[in-house]
Amino acid sequence: MLDSSRLILRGKRQDAIFNIIGILFTLVGIVTLAILVVDLMIDGSPRLSYQFMTSFPSRRPENAGILSAWVGTLMVISVTLATAVPIGVAAAVYLEEYAPKNWVTTLIEINISNLAGVPSIIYGLMALGLLVYQFKLGRSVLVGGLTLALLVLPIVIVATREAIRSIPGSIREAAYAAGATKWQVIRYHLIPYSMGGIATGTIIAMSRAIGETAPLITIGALAYVPFLPPPPVQSTAPFVNAEWLHSGFTVLPIQMFNWVSRPQAKFHENAAATGLVLIFFTLAINGVAMYLRYRIRKNLKW
Amino acid sequence: MHTKSSLSLALLLSVGAIFGCSCNKTPAGPNNAQNSPPAVDPGLEKAAEKFADDQLAGKVLIDGSSTVFPVTEAVAEEFKGAVPKVQVTVGISGTGGGFKKFARGETDISNASRPILKAEAEAAAKEGIEFVELPVCYDALTVAVHPSCDWIKDDTITVEQLKAIWEPAAEGKIKKWNQVDPSWPDAELKLFGPGADSGTFDYFTEVICGKAKQSRGDFTASEDDNTLVQGISGDKHALGYLPYAYYEPNSAKMKALKIKKGENAVAPSAATVKDGSYPLSRPLFIYISLKSLERPEVQKFSEFYLDTITALATEVKYVPFETPLYDLVKDRLAKKKAGSMFGGEAETHQSLEEALKAAP
Amino acid sequence: MSNPLPAKIKRLRKRTAASNRQRMWRDVRERGIEGLLFMAAALSVLVTVGIVGVLLYESAQFFRHVSVVEFLTGTVWTPSFANPKFGILPLVSGTLLTTGVALAVALPVGTVVAIYLSEFAPFAVRELLKPMLELLSAVPTVVYGYFAIGFVAPMLQQVIPDLPTFSVLSAGLVMGIMIIPYVSSLSEDAMRSVPMLLREGSYALGANKIRTALGVVFPSALSGIGAAYILGVSRAIGETMIVAIAAGMQPKLTANPTEPAATMTAFIVQVSLGDAAHGSVEYQSIFATGLMLFLMTLTFNILGYILRRRFHQAY
Repeated sequence: MLDSSRLILRGKRQDAIFNIIGILFTLVGIVTLAILVVDLMIDGSPRLSYQFMTSFPSRRPENAGILSAWVGTLMVISVTLATAVPIGVAAAVYLEEYAPKNWVTTLIEINISNLAGVPSIIYGLMALGLLVYQFKLGRSVLVGGLTLALLVLPIVIVATREAIRSIPGSIREAAYAAGATKWQVIRYHLIPYSMGGIATGTIIAMSRAIGETAPLITIGALAYVPFLPPPPVQSTAPFVNAEWLHSGFTVLPIQMFNWVSRPQAKFHENAAATGLVLIFFTLAINGVAMYLRYRIRKNLKW
Repeated sequence: MHTKSSLSLALLLSVGAIFGCSCNKTPAGPNNAQNSPPAVDPGLEKAAEKFADDQLAGKVLIDGSSTVFPVTEAVAEEFKGAVPKVQVTVGISGTGGGFKKFARGETDISNASRPILKAEAEAAAKEGIEFVELPVCYDALTVAVHPSCDWIKDDTITVEQLKAIWEPAAEGKIKKWNQVDPSWPDAELKLFGPGADSGTFDYFTEVICGKAKQSRGDFTASEDDNTLVQGISGDKHALGYLPYAYYEPNSAKMKALKIKKGENAVAPSAATVKDGSYPLSRPLFIYISLKSLERPEVQKFSEFYLDTITALATEVKYVPFETPLYDLVKDRLAKKKAGSMFGGEAETHQSLEEALKAAP
Repeated sequence: MSNPLPAKIKRLRKRTAASNRQRMWRDVRERGIEGLLFMAAALSVLVTVGIVGVLLYESAQFFRHVSVVEFLTGTVWTPSFANPKFGILPLVSGTLLTTGVALAVALPVGTVVAIYLSEFAPFAVRELLKPMLELLSAVPTVVYGYFAIGFVAPMLQQVIPDLPTFSVLSAGLVMGIMIIPYVSSLSEDAMRSVPMLLREGSYALGANKIRTALGVVFPSALSGIGAAYILGVSRAIGETMIVAIAAGMQPKLTANPTEPAATMTAFIVQVSLGDAAHGSVEYQSIFATGLMLFLMTLTFNILGYILRRRFHQAY
């Protein structure tokens, strides 16, 4: 056998081994997820029903439902999404493209990744002092959404920055050479190419935001809410209102946390069912971003 | 992949549709009434009739202890059936967090698992908030061991033995059962208890060790009482204390010990807690702001609370008082007696009856 | 000399005047956009100022009652007891220990998964597995906490007989699994953005896939992978609910992961949602703890930044 064939075969063998290792390691995460979900399903799926999804909480576990909780989650997450993604992308673009490479920028960079490590409850305490008391916004959906947006902002910024940073310089230079202004380069060339990374950042950020309990309890999210916030669309003029932003609310993780600490075993079933709904919610909300990322990745070639 | 992503998109849209439709639904009671259990307490029915009011509208904001939460939630739920237009909401920021919001006038009622402290009352007074302090029910503490624990005579443990096990001096020293009582086995003492920040911990240490928060530090502490159940029922040599509400549904997995203080050994039960013979039961409170009481919905809710608490407390596994005690409490509400009976201390040494009668 | 300007020059001047105006407006717009973007970036600084402000203010009041020396060097942490002791070292060791266990799981697994997904897996497999892994970060941390006590701890007890229900090991393992998507997703993004040119050059020299991945792609993507690692570590240090539920609440200075321990974050959540009076020394201790945590992550992030600068590659 020639030396080169031996080398090639050895190379192929190494590849095959790593293939297996890679799949195994990936399975570690996925199998754990599967066990978790199956665990939840065994405990909770009997409880999943139309009644469960459309009832308010109650002291009787059979009657209790998560209506106010999932509506609250949807509202809070939409505020978070609408705030964190634009601000995060804007901040990342500034830091990557405009900011001069001096110590101020370095400070901001370090600062941002540091913020990702601050425990969520500190954000809650800060939001309580600042948004609820200073700005007098009350314990409302708006404050909840903003608190979570501040919490996940570093994730969006870091992911977007890495995405922009990885675009080859040749693309930028070609655009400049054709006479584009800085903003035109960013808007028509850089952002579209980094949408994949932005989507990843958004996915991880929203996943984190949906599951947060402690900061929302601190700013005054409720655990018993027997009504829904006023709807944003109404049949009388002006047809759209922002009342819902100022309403009290509860979210799915708080409801789950509340139920799982009760002594009655039936509440634990409710909690498991809530966990399932929560995971499903995250998948739905992330589904759009994942779809976007898939389409963009398909077209990306360099 | 297209089908998968399209599916997620479709799901998202349908979720949004449900959201849009349900927003227009009025928050009526019928949803819950569909599955009501057949037996309704006659006391509750009477109270619902007495307080029924279709017209009264308003908001009642409640926050505070997560221990008192189940009781207040139950009352709020029943209240909604009687007075549907009043929106009662309840938060779980903790006794301390609840008092903070209460002192700023942001909540009407504060749930508390301990009396208000002097500093908290002063903070409220600074903002012009005066309050009525109402004890509402008992939360009993159970000392429990593994069901196979057969070496404790008569399943009775004395207060002195408990003190020997749990006092600060025992830390690092009392590690085995037979160090407390020579007739007990030579096996490791596995201790379980609630975290140092809970009212249960405060109360137990106050009664057993003499002063609140004085305890050994080397036991398995848990934030969540459910995991205490798991811990005690999972180890043959375990001993722990936890609220009665968590012992009762799990009584097959644990054995409750009778507590001997002085002459009698008393087992924990609703009856012994009610008549005061069981030494380890602490009162739970609600604090109502006098300014809020001027609003009819808050006044009505508070009266409804005291009327229905006897039936509802049992449902959520707490122990209601005897009726004469409730008469004293209702009297306190009616006269709007401001201030705390406990002088700003967290310890409730004297009996409730004495405290209620003594107040001016 | 008063030559009337020829028409051609007049036209030229008008045209340049017009395009000068256009250019001026465009500059204004560019500046405006830059300003807006700057404000977005400045927001993160404002958030930090807000957080540090709150932490410093309350900690200042705390340190009036407790000496800094006792805080930093004491080995007993019992702020809720009648004789409170405020030595933060047990909490610090709890945090470091749980983070260490979590990273021992998340970093290797995350990196291997990232390499596999970006270099080896076929397109369909990758697009299927990546969202599934990202679901791991979607599970609420409360669920993870109970999973750790209810499933992981008993499972570990089969292997390590004396393991208590609450331990750093079970909390750390579950936390590690939760962090895998942070590490793997961002690393994979970074690796996939490495231009094909570099890979093709490596293949052309006869390297196999794994050689290319480890020798060419991984080093080129080091900046992004480093960012992913740092995010993962920050997340591990700041995790609250999993450790509050599964690691036990016993502040203990220990290096043994099979024991229960309390972390700084678990302590903060325990007190702020508990029965302590707001404004008491016990309550203020959570801000002092938060400040300590903040400084720890800051030090670590600065280190990480310096290391990344050394290895940054531009292409």
